[in-house]
Amino acid sequence: MELFELTLHEASDLLRQHLISSTELTKAVLGRIEAVEAKVKAFVTLTPELALEQAHQADALLAGRAEPPSPLTGIPMALKDIICTKGIRTTCASRMLENFIPPYDAIVVERLRAAGAVFVGKTNMDEFAMGSSTENSAFYPTVNPWAADRVPGGSSGGSAASVSSGGAFYALGTDTGGSVRLPASFCGLVGLKPTYGRVSRYGLVAFASSLDQVGVLAKDVTDCALALQVIAGYDPNDSTSVDTPVPDYHRGLQGGLRGLRLGVPKEYFVEGMQPEVAAVLRQALDKLSELGAELREVNMPHTGYSLPAYYLIAPAEASANLARYDGVKYGYSDQKAEDLWDAYARTRGHGFGPEVKRRIMLGTYALSAGYYDAYYLKAQKVRTLIKQDFDQAFKDFQALVVPTSPTVAFRLGDKTGDPLAMYLSDVCTLTANLAGIPAISIPCGFVDGLPVGLQILGPPFAEDLLLRVAYAYEQATTWHRQRPRI
Amino acid sequence: MKLTVDQVRHVAHLARLALEPEELERFREQLSAILEYAEVLQELDTQAIPATAMVVPLENVMRPDQAGPSLPREEVLANAPQREQDCFRVRAILD
Repeated sequence: MELFELTLHEASDLLRQHLISSTELTKAVLGRIEAVEAKVKAFVTLTPELALEQAHQADALLAGRAEPPSPLTGIPMALKDIICTKGIRTTCASRMLENFIPPYDAIVVERLRAAGAVFVGKTNMDEFAMGSSTENSAFYPTVNPWAADRVPGGSSGGSAASVSSGGAFYALGTDTGGSVRLPASFCGLVGLKPTYGRVSRYGLVAFASSLDQVGVLAKDVTDCALALQVIAGYDPNDSTSVDTPVPDYHRGLQGGLRGLRLGVPKEYFVEGMQPEVAAVLRQALDKLSELGAELREVNMPHTGYSLPAYYLIAPAEASANLARYDGVKYGYSDQKAEDLWDAYARTRGHGFGPEVKRRIMLGTYALSAGYYDAYYLKAQKVRTLIKQDFDQAFKDFQALVVPTSPTVAFRLGDKTGDPLAMYLSDVCTLTANLAGIPAISIPCGFVDGLPVGLQILGPPFAEDLLLRVAYAYEQATTWHRQRPRI
Repeated sequence: MKLTVDQVRHVAHLARLALEPEELERFREQLSAILEYAEVLQELDTQAIPATAMVVPLENVMRPDQAGPSLPREEVLANAPQREQDCFRVRAILD
């Protein structure tokens, strides 16, 4: 077995036992990236010198110690290129920020640095996290490591592809409507979107501020728990961060499923779902019952309204957040304009790609005089109904189990001409963002050699419970051990 | 809801986006399709339902009014498309 094939916790164990060094691990991963990156295109920026320097520091820290400062010490990882890294270009896969070098670190990056993490690079994504396939990157699409003609999902497609192909042991992504979970599902990984407020968003480039959350992409549930432990917790820099204790996620994994009540909302088994995917999911649900959980159907009548509500709310927030790109303080700037107004319009017209412009237009329209009540306010009221469905369901069930996606990874180019078809990829994931609840996607089988994801949704701050359910399923199956052959 | 090209041009102006004529037409079609799809929300009676803008039960989060360190001026200005001395250079708005 090659070093880059290990999980985070396996690699961490070897480091602790001084059987390998972080420098060896890092060189193995950098070598792997060199071998596969031309095919996968997971990264926007690689930082091999920084990685080797951090590995060297980690080795100094680990030397002569029985316990490393953190399980993440000396482990190579990747960051989605929407998370600010001091001194390292942060592009959001946009021409607008192609040369932007942040003067500060996001809090999650600060916490990873303090834990002794090794940064191998910044990963590709849909521009400003708007998309479900990573094809909206202004630079190039990322390819699914499982099949050269398939998308990795999006928007954190580069993060997923890097971990899946052995270019990082784990990665951070962001999830506004499914952008961690969909790529996790398409690439055969574990992907967690924490509760809104669980992880600080300070230093994360804003897309839709009431929905955005930083999440983890990992090879298994244990790895996911270890990474979440480091990034979770209150941060006064983010006024939406919630000051509530962070449990020991790793210790909580072992609880098992016996006596847990899990709800199965049939509304998530949507029309147009691939029948083979539905069959794989039914088997996964049977497995959960077999392991001692009590599964019952539950009605969540407003689920079908989530997608239209989301695609008004998220673009509305985006249109406000992206107003800051004016070509004055940083970013792309059109210098040929006649006057200030013209400079704004040309900078934005040329600096943003088609999907970003489409969403700014949609959001601006939904917020504009005469349409605000009919679209934006209406969507926010429907958001209340969707949240109430969850509040109701969590009175009877500790968690809900649903598909992550109605299909396996689709073909590159299949949906680029039809924005609405692309939006429909998020139909099973965006409810968690609207309700602000945590959700995890875990591997639960294959259809035509492509991974399928099982999604578990829980009440606010129930990450420990989601990880426990996911771990119990994972221990009883082998899907998470499959790796793509590239 | 079918949008007209004039409506799309107006929204582009509000959003400060310079669009090519073919972009205006493409957005007219695509935004019309998306808004038509969103019409389904009108099925729901939401008269008595409050709007949700935020999902966490936080209100008026304050911090102590104490001055802290700012970002180094040079590092911030390093990203400026145009600078003049220690300032961002902008276009004149008055003749």
